[in-house]
Amino acid sequence: MAEVEETLKRIQNHKGVIGTMVVNAEGIPIRTTLDNSTTVQYAGLLHQLTMKARSTVRDIDPQNDLTFLRIRSKKHEIMVAPDKEYLLIVIQNPCE
Amino acid sequence: MATCAQPRHLCLAGSAGAVALATGRAASAEGPGRSGPLQDETLGVVSVPSQWRGVQGLRGETKSCQTASVATAEASVQTRRCADAEVQTEAVVPAGSPPAPQHDGPGLVAFLQRVEALMIRELNKNWQSHAFDGFEVNWTEPQETVTCLHTLGYPPAQGQGLHVTSVSWNSTGSVVACAYGRLDDGDWSTLKSFVCAWNLDRRGLNPRQPSAVVEVPSAVMCLAFHPTQPSHIAGGLYSGEVLVWDTGRPEDPLLWRTGLTDDTHTDPVYQVLWLPEPRHSHRWQVLSVATDGKVLLWQAAGPGQLQLAGGFALVVQQLPRNTKLKKPHRGETEVGTTAVAFSSFDPGLFVLGTEGGFPLKCSLAAEEAAATRAPSSVPLRAPAQFTFSPHGGPVYSVSCSPFHRNLFLSAGTDGHVHLHSMLQAQPLTSLQLSRKYLFAVRWSPVRPLVFAAASGEGDVQLFDLQKSSQKPTVSVKQTQDESPVYCLEFNQHQTQLLAAGDAEGVVKVWQLSTEFTEQGPRETEALERLAAEVAA
Repeated sequence: MAEVEETLKRIQNHKGVIGTMVVNAEGIPIRTTLDNSTTVQYAGLLHQLTMKARSTVRDIDPQNDLTFLRIRSKKHEIMVAPDKEYLLIVIQNPCE
Repeated sequence: MATCAQPRHLCLAGSAGAVALATGRAASAEGPGRSGPLQDETLGVVSVPSQWRGVQGLRGETKSCQTASVATAEASVQTRRCADAEVQTEAVVPAGSPPAPQHDGPGLVAFLQRVEALMIRELNKNWQSHAFDGFEVNWTEPQETVTCLHTLGYPPAQGQGLHVTSVSWNSTGSVVACAYGRLDDGDWSTLKSFVCAWNLDRRGLNPRQPSAVVEVPSAVMCLAFHPTQPSHIAGGLYSGEVLVWDTGRPEDPLLWRTGLTDDTHTDPVYQVLWLPEPRHSHRWQVLSVATDGKVLLWQAAGPGQLQLAGGFALVVQQLPRNTKLKKPHRGETEVGTTAVAFSSFDPGLFVLGTEGGFPLKCSLAAEEAAATRAPSSVPLRAPAQFTFSPHGGPVYSVSCSPFHRNLFLSAGTDGHVHLHSMLQAQPLTSLQLSRKYLFAVRWSPVRPLVFAAASGEGDVQLFDLQKSSQKPTVSVKQTQDESPVYCLEFNQHQTQLLAAGDAEGVVKVWQLSTEFTEQGPRETEALERLAAEVAA
């Protein structure tokens, strides 16, 4: 399990990264570097959004699939790496 | 009946008994008369027919009675079931600790290894990318300019030459109220004055006819709507009185008043505001500051009466001596207070503006007794903790930043706005915004780097520190004849609205352009930097 922690640490130590979390297929956070309420909010909402984005991509072309999701907002950039079992969510401050 | 039966019985029994009886009689008869010797005497048989038997036979009847049999029954009871249960709470898992590892499926490591390279590539790309620099999304139709939405006024008040001394938005953000009074004559006046309120959301709004008018016997210097009751409004008068009105009751709007007692301010009240009562956050007190050097807390007690609940007094001798102030005179000299603002982060911390021009950092929790001889029903305390470097004239307005715990603005009659940090006496920056007076300054409730100021030259100036730290970004003319603007207030709910009142007795409601209502990227960080950099 140390491997999991190390990987998350490597990502978390990247420039501008505010938070990193891993969410399972039900949208329940299983690893996070943020506080409880923020994590729960991000996990629930981004899980829904990722599922919606995936179904959109697949509805347009059944042979296609979602591989990555980036959301740019005024304050942050949210990146989601999806998988059948887990989502990796990273929140980053955009560049200066 | 026994005596009757006895003789008969004896007769039947035989002679011996009869002899004995006769002897007895003879002996007794013999006593008095002393008759002759004993001789046998034979008595005839007397029979006495029984009357009793006949009577008995006639009257007798047989009766019988019996008690009902006592019913008895047997029964037995028993509880049918019993159950035992035990409960126990589990040891509290400390919040924020990582979830238990058993949630990790075997796939987690594999998943992370798979996506790590991808994620790091994207993080790097994102950090170096300049693709979105200067890109702004327009989700709403942008408002390009600052425009005047409403020009409100009450002709009878304007006819008396009254000024708008204070404006306030109510808790819903749809009603704006203004106080009429005079700031330019220092004389006691008997002119009646008004508090007027307009509901901007009401259809058929008449800018010359307020939706509520309250007549007040003395000039009103300041107003503050209740933070939760949309129709309650507190006001401070030139006479030193503090009143609370309910604009929802047009026939009898006065709810509470302090009256003129020993506790009341002896000088004009320059600002009132509502504070949550300690320990009862749903009940509110009114705080008033006046130029008699007192800061008083009032709470409603009984019908119509505001009672002093606590207070502070400022005297020159008790001010912290960290900046060079003029030498104090002998004896006590009160420090006239003209403005107050509470910190958005620490509910017990407030800043006072004074007639001496120096802002004061004060605490509600101060314990030290004030060295004043003014009569008061509750002991007054000395709240000052820190003195900031002075303006060139009285400070009429202070405002604490809603986004930074240490920053506040003060504006004075020297035409300067000082941006202060709570941590140092010298201002971070000093901006001259007017050649005349400045009467009001307020931080924007939505943009951390924006504030507005009301000038004595009739301008409402909007300052965006991100754009320029020297001159106002937008300056709008409120009055045509350069008569001063006395007050302004942002709307906390409809954040694009700003109300300003002036010496012509007019309240103008300005609609701000989009640049003043939408927070830009990294603006809070810029504010932090501003606070840190300039201080260094």
